[in-house]
Amino acid sequence: MTALRRTGSALLAPALAVVFAVVITALVILAIGENPSTALRVLFDFGDTPAQQTQAIVVVLNRAVPLFLAGLAVSVAFRMGLFNIGVEGQYRMATVLAAGAGAAVSLPAPLHVVFVIVVAMLVGAFWAGIVAVLKVTRGVSEVISSIMLNFIALGTASWLLTGPLRGSEEGAAIITTKDLPESGQFPGLNGLFDVIGLAQPRGELYGFLLVAVVAGIVIAVLLKRTRFGFDLRATGMSPSAATASGIDARRMVIKTMLISGAVAGLIGLPDLMGRTHHFGTEFTAGLGFLGIAVALLGRNSPLGIAFAALLFAFLDRAAVPLQFADIPASVVTIIQGTIVLAVVVANEIARQLTRRRAEGETGQAAPPAPESPPAGPAGTAGSRIDEHQGAGA
Amino acid sequence: MTKAAALLLAGGLALSACASDEDGDNGSNAGGGSDGELKVGVAYDTGGRGDKSFNDSAIAGVEAAVDELGGEIEELSPNEDDSNREELLTQLADAGYNPVIAVGFAYGDIIADIAADYPETQFAIVDTSVEDLGVDNLTGLVFAEEQGSFLAGVAAASKSVTGHIGFVGGQQSPLIEKFEAGYVAGAQAVKPDVVVDTVYLSPAGDGSGFGDPEGGKVAAQGMYQAGADIVFHAAGGSGEGVFEAAVEAGQRAIGVDSDQYLSASPDQQAVIMTSMLKRVDLAVEDYLTSFADDSLESGTDIVNDLSTEGVGLSESGGYIEDIQDVIEDFRQQIIDGDVEVPTTP
Repeated sequence: MTALRRTGSALLAPALAVVFAVVITALVILAIGENPSTALRVLFDFGDTPAQQTQAIVVVLNRAVPLFLAGLAVSVAFRMGLFNIGVEGQYRMATVLAAGAGAAVSLPAPLHVVFVIVVAMLVGAFWAGIVAVLKVTRGVSEVISSIMLNFIALGTASWLLTGPLRGSEEGAAIITTKDLPESGQFPGLNGLFDVIGLAQPRGELYGFLLVAVVAGIVIAVLLKRTRFGFDLRATGMSPSAATASGIDARRMVIKTMLISGAVAGLIGLPDLMGRTHHFGTEFTAGLGFLGIAVALLGRNSPLGIAFAALLFAFLDRAAVPLQFADIPASVVTIIQGTIVLAVVVANEIARQLTRRRAEGETGQAAPPAPESPPAGPAGTAGSRIDEHQGAGA
Repeated sequence: MTKAAALLLAGGLALSACASDEDGDNGSNAGGGSDGELKVGVAYDTGGRGDKSFNDSAIAGVEAAVDELGGEIEELSPNEDDSNREELLTQLADAGYNPVIAVGFAYGDIIADIAADYPETQFAIVDTSVEDLGVDNLTGLVFAEEQGSFLAGVAAASKSVTGHIGFVGGQQSPLIEKFEAGYVAGAQAVKPDVVVDTVYLSPAGDGSGFGDPEGGKVAAQGMYQAGADIVFHAAGGSGEGVFEAAVEAGQRAIGVDSDQYLSASPDQQAVIMTSMLKRVDLAVEDYLTSFADDSLESGTDIVNDLSTEGVGLSESGGYIEDIQDVIEDFRQQIIDGDVEVPTTP
């Protein structure tokens, strides 16, 4: 019963948030003199021909893969009360260096793919590691240092791209690294469509989808089924209690940031290894920041993040067809923004409800409900760690 | 309330009816080239319509052509991180729009593949050369920005009292470097010892420098304080900040792309000496005209330079009237090939 209620309240908040966002967006569409039901129809209309419909599915999935990885990277740190805003910089550095390294070596196919992935994860982990080291040795807030490192990453990636790793010819309008050789590209999954009897889409479904699924499972198991995951969650809920029970908070900060950064390193790879095959001035930027929204919506659980990423990708797909229906594509951004805002508010309300209920059930002296996840990663949990470290140093 | 709902419903039905109408047309239109009525698809660069610059210039050309020839326009903007560019082009082509115009070089690395997948549709891309790609149904609308910028440099150096001028670029990219290269060369052609300060607002791969008026203002302020008296910007929306800095410093600035004197406030009109014109509107209009009368030679570039008046200097405000003969002289020399303008700094 309690388990059922718990899942119910866990799902209730995001569901309410989505409904709330849909209502707000409908009002906005009405206000600009268009028809909300048209927008709704467009959202679910995947096209006329079978090939267009499968293409729409490919577009959604291909968009969801990097969003999921970005959300996952952010959530690992969130769970411990660390706000890793540096995911953006971590994945840019990782992608440019993985692209450069991948194009520079020649290896047999599976090894080459593994090599590119490992380089990206190492670079991402290194870039996040700087944040962790600054935090545990000098007490620098990870929020500040990771934002600053984003700028450094942007500039460094740009320098690497225009300097040592430049592969495009002089004078070309778009500057790119050299293309990954065939052996370093991740094969697509379009064979699947034949197997399940769907039409072949125009684009290629990212094979990296599989890596994302594996990453999600690994992180889920790590958080839920290992000593490390327990320590991490315990530190996130109460740093002082965790220290009292013998958890080394500094070590946890470093380990967590390294894992978060390693996952962040994967974000650019679906595009790099599945479509563009090079990093360049037009490479998709901003995924790291979207990851924060996705992680919030997914309530920091890998499964939730998968749903959140799919929802975001599903909404993103409509950006083009909406414009055909004379509705501005910004509608999509409005829905996404409202959902995230609403989910933060709803989470907080749900948390307080659970707590009140727990207090009501077990009498006056009951402790706050331990199951509720940290409400805001930037808020209380993060500053608690800072205080704790200030006291410890 | 129910009335409103009924109205909405009716509107929805009407809209969906339109949609299916269009679908009906597709079949007949997709095959043939142009049967008089244009059906133009436009895929914008970042920022979309209303940027008072590049995108607006392109759509002005499309609208002029459609006013003239009749037809319809569908405009699509990319999403915030530009990740759906490919979808814009393919869905326009799928919906039977022909030709499809991609505004901006950012489409450069995808458009060749897409054009090859839709051989029945004509594609055009602004600011990217397609000559070497060998795709028959793709046309590049390219500009000799360095030539127009050369004249801007000539004007700046001729008008500068301090012998010190500036250049503010949006993003450090090969395209904007063409502006810088031409500007510096033009200035040096007039005054070999001229000092040119150069600042780019964002590094390669970061487009924020085109939408950062505050950054543009700080950069220009620094130049004016260091003794520059004329600053040329090729920084899109950030140019607004350059003009503000010029007003505050009581110095001059040079606009870009369109005649920015015309859209400026009165106090800014006092400082906008001239603008380096890049007539994307004319290029697009000409392209559509030749598409409509079947004289289009696709698979190659249409070069817009000084000789075609695709680039040039504006004269609004009359600030450069007195040096017209110098400018005209260089203009002629460039057209004749006597002066070779560099494209990289």
